[in-house]
Amino acid sequence: MIFRSHWKWAFAVLVMAAVVAVPGCKKKNADPYPASGAIAGWQKTSDTRVFAAKDLWQYIDGDAEQYLAAGVVSTATSDYKYQGQLEATVDVYTMKDAAGARKILESGQTGDASRVQLGDAGIAYAQSIIFRKGPFLVRIVAFETTPDSAQALLALAHGVEAKL
Amino acid sequence: MESRRDFLKTAATGAALLGAESKLGLARVLNQHAQPGKSKVVIARDASLHEAGASLDEKRVLALLDRAITAYTGRAHPAEAWKSIVPASFISGGKVIGLKTNGLGGKGISTHLVLVLAIAERLQQIGVKPGNILVWDRNARDLEACGLTINTDPSRLRCYGSDVAGYEAQPVAFGTANVRLSKILTRECAMVINLPILKEHDLAGVTFAMKNMYGVVQRPNELHANGCNPGVADLNCVPAIREKVRFTIGDALTSVYDGGPGFHPERLWYPNALIVGEDRVAVDHTAWQMLDRKRVEVGFETLEAAGRPPRYIATAADAAHHLGVNDSQRIHLMEV
Repeated sequence: MIFRSHWKWAFAVLVMAAVVAVPGCKKKNADPYPASGAIAGWQKTSDTRVFAAKDLWQYIDGDAEQYLAAGVVSTATSDYKYQGQLEATVDVYTMKDAAGARKILESGQTGDASRVQLGDAGIAYAQSIIFRKGPFLVRIVAFETTPDSAQALLALAHGVEAKL
Repeated sequence: MESRRDFLKTAATGAALLGAESKLGLARVLNQHAQPGKSKVVIARDASLHEAGASLDEKRVLALLDRAITAYTGRAHPAEAWKSIVPASFISGGKVIGLKTNGLGGKGISTHLVLVLAIAERLQQIGVKPGNILVWDRNARDLEACGLTINTDPSRLRCYGSDVAGYEAQPVAFGTANVRLSKILTRECAMVINLPILKEHDLAGVTFAMKNMYGVVQRPNELHANGCNPGVADLNCVPAIREKVRFTIGDALTSVYDGGPGFHPERLWYPNALIVGEDRVAVDHTAWQMLDRKRVEVGFETLEAAGRPPRYIATAADAAHHLGVNDSQRIHLMEV
């Protein structure tokens, strides 16, 4: 009877732990990348590569230190193309907490950035968008400009935000 | 600074005064094309070469390269100029000439493909076989960022990274640098022409000629302490780098004046220039001045004021490293 009681308690604790953990796990394991065609005009053109914090230098050697200092846990990156012309890279940095994402966003912000309604906060330049949502810091950079690139990037950013 | 005509008058004299051979029988005199006592750096510009968003014109890039190299060497024709840079014994002996690019920043801010191809074309014209030209960087991603295609077929221009060739098992050391070098540098190339791209660097201040050598070691992140100082200078003193990396053709066609070394399109800038020289310290010093001028022009602080001057440049020039000169009075700067 005692054993049975303990088993019930153990099960209850496991269930509670799972309930608490799932949102976190879901966030960490979520694929934030919209599939090809999910956002009008955008095709996903590469596999997603993921770098643990200790390996981030392999992707952004020289830039990695600022993310490490802000508590980056992992970084995912994938390439996209808009209407077969405009190429862009989407980097999703998973930070330890929202403060880390805020620190990166604010440190990279300059006077010529315009604010955009994305996640908890976001800024845009002609060829790039950076926003944060909880512990995530997203940076989308286009390699060219086209007449509709700003709108296209914003649409892609909203697509990523919806999956975070 | 002097005109091209003035330089042509003095170049022959300078070249005649220099020309010692090392124990390996290779020309080792730094700045064999410079006036005695000075390091020569050429900045070649084509102001209308590259407009924002436009692709580069291959012929104009080739013409700009020719202008840079002929001005630097004082030779009238590109082929003669290249023959004074690449030892004849390397050409006749079938030695491999490496072209070390920089694709770290991704496709928006990497060594330009058209420049790489222009150099390869000129090398072939002086007799270097296509398969003896090896374009290389850290890995396939970096090379592809430049627009290059991986090729290991020795009958054609070769292009692959250290991810294919591997790194030496035995580390080599100089000062703070204790590194495993790419086998492309140690085993394949007799000579390397350095093709960095000019960028502001969040840690080092500037990344150009000397900093590009971080791409020849397995774990460059271990050399980032203290603004990469003395890491950059120490690394360039490793014998294989010091001796084989003989010439820099710095890509300043496109640059980022802030936010580097990654690609920040909002900080992109088109200097439309090549910065060439044998003295890697003088080349970096010149590039730093160019970058700072741009920063001031757009209302940014100089790198010194921003707290990240590239201190490794002075370190590289000190008595312990002796890699070149960082004194503007001792740099024979020629703009063409």
